[in-house]
Amino acid sequence: MSGGHAAVAVYRPRGTVLHRLPAECKIVAVFGYVVTVVLTPITAGWAFAAHALVVIALGVLGRVAPGPAARRMLIELPFLAFAVALPFVAAGERTELFGVVTVSRDGLLQAFGLVARATLGVALVVVLAATTPARELLTGLDRLRMPAVIVAVMSFMLRYSTLIVDQMHRMAIARAARGHRPRTLASARTLAMALGSLFIRSYERGERVHLAMLSRGYTGSLPVGLPREPASRAHWAAATAAVAVGAAIAAAAGVARGLG
Amino acid sequence: MTGTPPGGRPEPASVPSPAQPPSVEVSGLAFAYPDGRQVLFGVDLTIGRGERVALLGPNGAGKTTLVLHLNGILRAGAGEVRIGGLRVGKRDLPEIRRRVGLVFQDPDDQLFMPTVGEDVAFGPANLGLRGAELTARVDEALAAVGLSEHRDRAPHHLSLGERRRAALATVLAMRPEVLVLDEPSSNLDPAGRRELADILLGLDVTLLMVTHDLPYALQLCPRSVVLSGGVVGVDGPTRRLLADPELLARHRLELPFGFDARALLTESDVAIT
Repeated sequence: MSGGHAAVAVYRPRGTVLHRLPAECKIVAVFGYVVTVVLTPITAGWAFAAHALVVIALGVLGRVAPGPAARRMLIELPFLAFAVALPFVAAGERTELFGVVTVSRDGLLQAFGLVARATLGVALVVVLAATTPARELLTGLDRLRMPAVIVAVMSFMLRYSTLIVDQMHRMAIARAARGHRPRTLASARTLAMALGSLFIRSYERGERVHLAMLSRGYTGSLPVGLPREPASRAHWAAATAAVAVGAAIAAAAGVARGLG
Repeated sequence: MTGTPPGGRPEPASVPSPAQPPSVEVSGLAFAYPDGRQVLFGVDLTIGRGERVALLGPNGAGKTTLVLHLNGILRAGAGEVRIGGLRVGKRDLPEIRRRVGLVFQDPDDQLFMPTVGEDVAFGPANLGLRGAELTARVDEALAAVGLSEHRDRAPHHLSLGERRRAALATVLAMRPEVLVLDEPSSNLDPAGRRELADILLGLDVTLLMVTHDLPYALQLCPRSVVLSGGVVGVDGPTRRLLADPELLARHRLELPFGFDARALLTESDVAIT
């Protein structure tokens, strides 16, 4: 039943420092670090190299598997496409690129900033996902006072996405078993029908889940989960230290720009 | 562990105590869905405390509809339902839902929290339990179904048999008086069936089991009720029902191939028949 699960998750259970850090600390650290990356002026290329080193160091510290992490980062691609277009469409002073095309110097810089910031942000989130089980992320968000309804919706997604993906796989196998070969555009119709029935089934399951919840006395608010130990000061100190490194790099880059 | 474990006493007494009201009292229950399709036409059913009853009947006979009346998910069109003497109605809904533990057929419908332990905690937490008391209740329920070591696992990492036991634990944690199981043996392998039966036989609760699995009904429930055409068609000892091929055929019930229920009858049963 959990066949589709392994392919989806980037998380690897290991006992590193990053794994032991409570999820709420990691979430705050990642968010804080991303802010420092955004605040770093794009003219300071060396600062982004420094940020990249920090992220790689974190990845090594958390023993993140490079292959799955790289595949996970492909989610960034649509944003990169936009970045590639930027130098061609942006206004401003033109400059020659590789002696072949003329592009906007400003656009080129903006594109670099976009790519660098997006890549660093995604990489940080991948490190977070690789060192934190999904359900602990939810606990962390709950601790950080994320509205309970949103945590509940995410929790349902987490619980049922694997089931739906499994069901989708089984339906695909059943179609293939009857000689269906999805090659042509015409097979899009078949796929659409399959997705439609999957939607109906999921909707019906939702109703059954709700009935089962009502049967156990659900009245509209999810109760707090089982008690767990809160994060210690040392944990928060570690999270703050990571953000401080990012802030130092951003500040140094800012000062350098001011001087230059 | 604190309190009385749900699996405390084996073999509950089949004879209802006269001092206590019966666990389930359904009288003249009729129900039609909003689209006008009437499913129940006056169901009368009384189940004593500690009894184990199989609810049989062909698909569409209204078994699930009846079951959803027991904990007030559906409201009776006519007639009434009492659980342990308490009338099922809007006012006492939380207490009714504590008293009636409903285990759904697909454990994936029941187990919706990220871990088994959190799911088992859901019911008692809705009852207002918190902290150590809640943890104790979860441990107790998981121990009763033999899943103590799976507390922190995700439901989709368990086998179907384990998931069904986990679903059972989620309602046992509410310490129900009546346990209602919808097709508990469906899709289980023989070992999973036996493990579940062992657990169910060890529980000190009133049991109502909706099933098509006649041998399983025989194994677990001394009494059977056949719902047919929206009313109770047959109500009697499971052994006698299974030994009557005509009666079975009349209600679209069938024993598995090669199963000879006549061998189950004692001499006194034969004398009556």
